[in-house]
Amino acid sequence: MTSAISVSGLVKTFGPTRALDDLTLDVQTGEVHGFLGPNGAGKSTTIRILLGLLRADSGTARLLGGDPWKDTAALHRRLAYVPGDVNLWPNLTGGEVIDLLGRLRGGVDRVRREELLERFELDPRKKGRTYSKGNRQKVALVAALASDVELLILDEPTSGLDPLMEAVFQDCVNHERERGRTVLLSSHILAEVEALCDRVSIIRGGHVVETGTLADLRHLTRTSISAELAGPPDGLAGLTGVHDLVVEGNRVRFEVDSDELDPVLKQLVASGVRTLTSQPPTLEELFLRHYEDAK
Amino acid sequence: MIGTWQLVRLALRRDRVLLPVWVLFLVGVTYSTTTALEELYGSQESRALLGLTANANSAFLAMLGPLHDWSSLGGLVVWRWGVFSGLFIAVMAMLVVTRHTRAEEEAGRTELISATVVGRHAPLAAAVVVAGGTSLLIGLLQALALIGADLAPAGAFAFGLSTASVGLVFTGVSAFTAQLSENSRVSNAVAGGFLGVTYLLRAAGDAAGESGPRWLTWFSPIGWTEQVRSFGDDRFWVLLIPLVAFAGLVGVSAYVVTRRDVGLGLFAARPGPARGSIGSPSGLAWRLQKGSLIGWSTALFGVGVIYGSVAQAVGQMVRDNPALGQVVQRIGGADAMVDAFFATVTQLLGLISSIYLVQALLRLRSEETSFRAEPVLATPVSRWGWVASHAVFALVGGAVVLASAGLGLGLVHGLQIDDLGAVLPRMLGAALVQLPAAWVLAGVALLLFGVFPRLTGVSWAVVSVSLVLTLLGPTLGLDQWVLDVSPFTHVPKYPDITFGPLAWLTAVAVLLLVAGFAGFRRRDLTT
Ligand SMILES: Nc1ncnc2c1ncn2[C@@H]1O[C@H](COP(=O)(O)OP(=O)(O)O)[C@@H](O)[C@H]1O
Ligand SMILES: [Mg+2]
Repeated sequence: MTSAISVSGLVKTFGPTRALDDLTLDVQTGEVHGFLGPNGAGKSTTIRILLGLLRADSGTARLLGGDPWKDTAALHRRLAYVPGDVNLWPNLTGGEVIDLLGRLRGGVDRVRREELLERFELDPRKKGRTYSKGNRQKVALVAALASDVELLILDEPTSGLDPLMEAVFQDCVNHERERGRTVLLSSHILAEVEALCDRVSIIRGGHVVETGTLADLRHLTRTSISAELAGPPDGLAGLTGVHDLVVEGNRVRFEVDSDELDPVLKQLVASGVRTLTSQPPTLEELFLRHYEDAK
Repeated sequence: MIGTWQLVRLALRRDRVLLPVWVLFLVGVTYSTTTALEELYGSQESRALLGLTANANSAFLAMLGPLHDWSSLGGLVVWRWGVFSGLFIAVMAMLVVTRHTRAEEEAGRTELISATVVGRHAPLAAAVVVAGGTSLLIGLLQALALIGADLAPAGAFAFGLSTASVGLVFTGVSAFTAQLSENSRVSNAVAGGFLGVTYLLRAAGDAAGESGPRWLTWFSPIGWTEQVRSFGDDRFWVLLIPLVAFAGLVGVSAYVVTRRDVGLGLFAARPGPARGSIGSPSGLAWRLQKGSLIGWSTALFGVGVIYGSVAQAVGQMVRDNPALGQVVQRIGGADAMVDAFFATVTQLLGLISSIYLVQALLRLRSEETSFRAEPVLATPVSRWGWVASHAVFALVGGAVVLASAGLGLGLVHGLQIDDLGAVLPRMLGAALVQLPAAWVLAGVALLLFGVFPRLTGVSWAVVSVSLVLTLLGPTLGLDQWVLDVSPFTHVPKYPDITFGPLAWLTAVAVLLLVAGFAGFRRRDLTT
């Protein structure tokens, strides 16, 4: 597989703020890639560099085989973008904006346009200033999804959508995947990324801290275990992968890295297990761990 | 009205640079005009001669109003600066009120604030307090400046309060226009149009002869300040009219606030087409800017018509008045006076057109800061294509605006002297020669936009400096090198058109535009 987006060592500062700090990101052609991180992590900044709207201080960025800063117009023919802050022209109707952005990109698929308008329940005759945030986002989404491009770059596209529309959006992204398009989906909502993405990169403080398939990431999660043992829990504390160990007599509670589960269970069994409850790993927990570190 | 004081403090904080600059400017020019006029017209004879020419010349009358009392220095100050002082303070009030009402609402910040413990009327009340308060402060300080220059206190207060009264009326006018549309541009445009009408009504009234419609000045807030006759009769009672107008306008606006939704205007937006036909950046620029171009062209055509219709009277009055005729003969006769009139008028039109040009060009910046440039620049549209779309519109639009003004001047004057064929092209030319100077100011704006985007607003300072230097520089007795700072100083004066200065002004403009574009090509998009 080839890379649709490949970024390494990217640095971008705004005065004293270091928005991107040695960021590395790789998006394979044909995948839906989740770009996950808390507010202010640097998602929009990365995307703007990929679009040639901002210039990186250092590092390399390649987009569809080209340089996003130099080959801007040629690359933009092959992608569509939904910004995080969609602001429409007050006097233009939603339909006019959809057609404008589509034409600037080289054409709109009429049939698809109508179909999307219907699915998103969007009235294209309203003026820009009368749309709510969610509806402005729908305008940008319809414009992007109705154009014939290889790559979709979506910056928190669902932050104003209600749950019903969120489901429609997920349907549409799955449809794009089937058609072989590449999607970079930035989000701060884990559930959305879990539901849609083949691979995920987690960004924090301008740096990608984890990247991989959802299965890969699950390996990084921890299982919570609480157990009542026959004797004192010897040797548990010394094992690698055991965290937050609490011992109360013969009772133990701790968390264990999913990869280290086997040796730890063996140690428990050696002490004799009376009762055992375990909570399965969730990405949520991994995600929160990174979020909390960011604070 | 709960929360008004917090909002007033917020507004004062946001305008902590802007407001002092306005105050300094309006008070400073009052003082320096007084001292300059004292030097120029120290003797009684020189004043009498000025009075004779000023009041006999419809051009002067239309531009500055009558010189009621030339025996005192105060009377001269009122004549030379009173109308402009009113114009400037009106612009101040307009910008401040719109900025803190409709523009805030448009940006969605009022919604944020309305959700806190703030009364429904608080944003409007705060804007009125800030703009009205600043107007009064300017008026009082102007009075003190005049007293400081040894003028009669009664006249000084009459003058200062007259200026303040225009500020108050336009505080009310923009409080009202801010309610009408969802768009702050439209609010400012409607209030600005009203200011234009205000100026022209009094121009028409002042320039009208004995039998003409002199009463027109009574329908203009700036005309009211003339009717006060500061340093003459000091008719303070006239100021009751603007006071009532202010109270009425603010009251109506406050009523409208209770009748409409936050974020919306008084008139609901109608649905538009479901399909769009815009397919290029220039198509978009045309769509976004054509309303403003049509408005400006119509307004300047109107200004041209008014000035054009006065021109003949300039010559006529000289021919009818033998005493004056002798004076005028020395400066080249009636025709020379008509020419001088057109030279001044076309320069004024050039200055006005530069305001159009710069605001049309700065559309680039507002598109950028409102995040509307981003989706367009994320399509195959190049940076060059995007900048060019608005820049070309501004540069060519400036030509259209000036040509409309020239058309108005030429049509009316040509018909009056029955020589349309010769006059019309001459007037079109006289208006259009101003274009390169206006382009230079647009070039400065694009340079700031391209290289120092956060300082784009400084373009307005540059425009204001050119305006003040050109309009008031000669009266203030400034050195030539200071006057040379304004590109309009270098435009050849009608009727002696030479192409040298036009060529190099154009070259300077092109250099500035190219540098500005090169800067933008290399920089980040910022807000
Ligand atoms: N134009 C800018 N000027 C100054 N700081 C900025 C600018 N754009 C972004 N930042 C800062 O860079 C960091 C990353 O922002 P952003 O990329 O918008 O984060 P995200 O999209 O992940 O929420 C934040 O700390 C933000 O305040
Ligand atoms: Mg963001």
